[in-house]
Amino acid sequence: MAEQVKTFRREDEGEPIDSLDRYLEGTQAATVEPLSFGTIALRRLLRDRLTIIALGVIGLLVVVSVLANVISQEFLGVDPNSTDLQITFQPPSKEHLLGTDQLGRDQLSRLLVGGRTSLAIGFFGAIIALTVGVSVGLLAGFFGGRVDDLVMWFINTLQSIPQIFLLLIIFALFAPTPTWLVIILGFLGWVGTTRLVRGEVFSVRERDYVTASRALGASRATLMGRHILPNVLPIVIVVTAIDIGTLILIESALSFIGLGVQPPTATWGNMLAKAQQYFHLGPHLIIFPGLLITITVLCLFIIGDGLRDALDPRLK
Amino acid sequence: MDTPARLSDEGEGAPRTILDVRGLKTYFYTDDGVVKAVDGVDFSVREGEVFGLVGESGCGKSVTALSILRLVDSPGETVDGTVTFDGESLLELPEDDMNKLRGSRMSIIFQQPISSLNPVFSVGDQVAEVLQLHEGLGKDEAWIKAVDLLDQVGFPDAESRANAFPHEMSGGQAQRVMIAIALALKPSLLIADEPTTALDVTIQAQILDLLRDLSRRWKTAVILITHDLGVIAEMVDRVAVMYAGRIVELSNVRELFKTPKHPYTVGLMESIPVLGQVKDRLNVIPGSVPNLINLPPGCRFAPRCRPRVENGLEICIQVEPDLEPLAAGHLASCWLYQDHDEV
Repeated sequence: MAEQVKTFRREDEGEPIDSLDRYLEGTQAATVEPLSFGTIALRRLLRDRLTIIALGVIGLLVVVSVLANVISQEFLGVDPNSTDLQITFQPPSKEHLLGTDQLGRDQLSRLLVGGRTSLAIGFFGAIIALTVGVSVGLLAGFFGGRVDDLVMWFINTLQSIPQIFLLLIIFALFAPTPTWLVIILGFLGWVGTTRLVRGEVFSVRERDYVTASRALGASRATLMGRHILPNVLPIVIVVTAIDIGTLILIESALSFIGLGVQPPTATWGNMLAKAQQYFHLGPHLIIFPGLLITITVLCLFIIGDGLRDALDPRLK
Repeated sequence: MDTPARLSDEGEGAPRTILDVRGLKTYFYTDDGVVKAVDGVDFSVREGEVFGLVGESGCGKSVTALSILRLVDSPGETVDGTVTFDGESLLELPEDDMNKLRGSRMSIIFQQPISSLNPVFSVGDQVAEVLQLHEGLGKDEAWIKAVDLLDQVGFPDAESRANAFPHEMSGGQAQRVMIAIALALKPSLLIADEPTTALDVTIQAQILDLLRDLSRRWKTAVILITHDLGVIAEMVDRVAVMYAGRIVELSNVRELFKTPKHPYTVGLMESIPVLGQVKDRLNVIPGSVPNLINLPPGCRFAPRCRPRVENGLEICIQVEPDLEPLAAGHLASCWLYQDHDEV
């Protein structure tokens, strides 16, 4: 092997590389493990302070929401659903750190429990939208033609029905429990992702490396999974992070018109919706759920942007 | 060689033919009409030789290459002809078999090396991919072999360069990677579609050297597509000159440069600027390439052909000449050299 190699020339000048051994000696010490794209993206992400802070905030919210029951019982010593009409609209105090609501329930514990529902609706709804959206978009974009026509026809039809009426009809048939809300919002949300992915695939599949890979015998599955999907993924991830935020906002909006998750199950949205009736009696009932929604959505948007930068192979 | 040359168009006792293209026609059905990008191309490539395909931009060189690999997409379609590769008729092969053949027994490299590499994966990964795809190697095994291949295409520090991403490479380095990928499975035919056009001149020579060395060592036949006659002179054993979707002259390279026959070839040779020679203007071929939608009925070059006017040939405008032998191994499609009844 070494002898064959010696017949080659160096990049900079025409002389044969007898000095190859010397070259190798210098570089061999630095034997590098293959770096996956993920590793590099992670490194870049770790350098982005704002995104890390946002990730930390979301991470913290997720953890306390998941542990909501344990925290309320063990640390706060309150039941989020127990009412006490003698202590309604209390401002923040030692017993009730964030005060009480119109039925005398402890607001902090309700925010924790509500956060669990709100975040779950956002995350799982976005996962459904992502899975369906990416698969359909990838197929439509890759195969084009009839497949694409059919998908686009379906999407256009679905999107031209006003969502609010669709939701009204659906919730007349199904009680708006968190599970149904996730499923319905997820299946209404995928169209946007599909549109986006389809457009990206159209542009990616014409790139030289896709042709090159096809010319080297890659199957359709390889082309889609290995060459097209990874190049579409960055934009999908950004959209998913933003989708989670949007779904949390939609849930709040639905609660506001009485179509969201029904009490006594708490969500940030329905807490905020109820609180607007009592604004003058307990402003803290509006401030805290509102603040949590805003912070969560903002953090998710920041994460979306940060991930896009980290996942872009051209930025370094 | 005691095996008689099969399907070979000229010469006795030539080495075995690896690729034989007959009457290949690839048309593009556009809104403006049918573009006859490749319109009846015949040639064959022998085992291990470097075969040149030369012509201006848009004369159908690349479409010929893509047609051989069956990579022409809608609205393009190969409508007629046969492509025989190593005894197999490619145009009739099922898509699955064709896919197995691409990259393993026949590969291609393109003009833009950097954009031919997937930006998301390291170059080592992409060399390994073709090995995993065709040889069923495991990830680690393929990686080791990929590093070895990168070493062979001239990366002195292959092990660390394998981790580099396409955007971290120069054009020349990326083209080396493409060569490593294309030759990873030691195919019997490599199509190099303008492999050095996007590179600067010093790097060009290195890439061509590398191509020649590797193709010799691994007995890979090469179809070198280029518009650069200098590259042809330096690299190629036999050459076909294309004009407006057809081959107008086919010969071994020495003979072509010594005694070019077809007026188009002659024109091409004359239009090369000569180093050190000061001229007020370069020699150019008058007129321009015909529109491939509405082709003239006769010879495609006739409207631009000075010898035709000088010799007062009328047939050129009415009947298209065939590619016929003038001497052993030298073919041209031109009425100047062929018997005909004057019309």
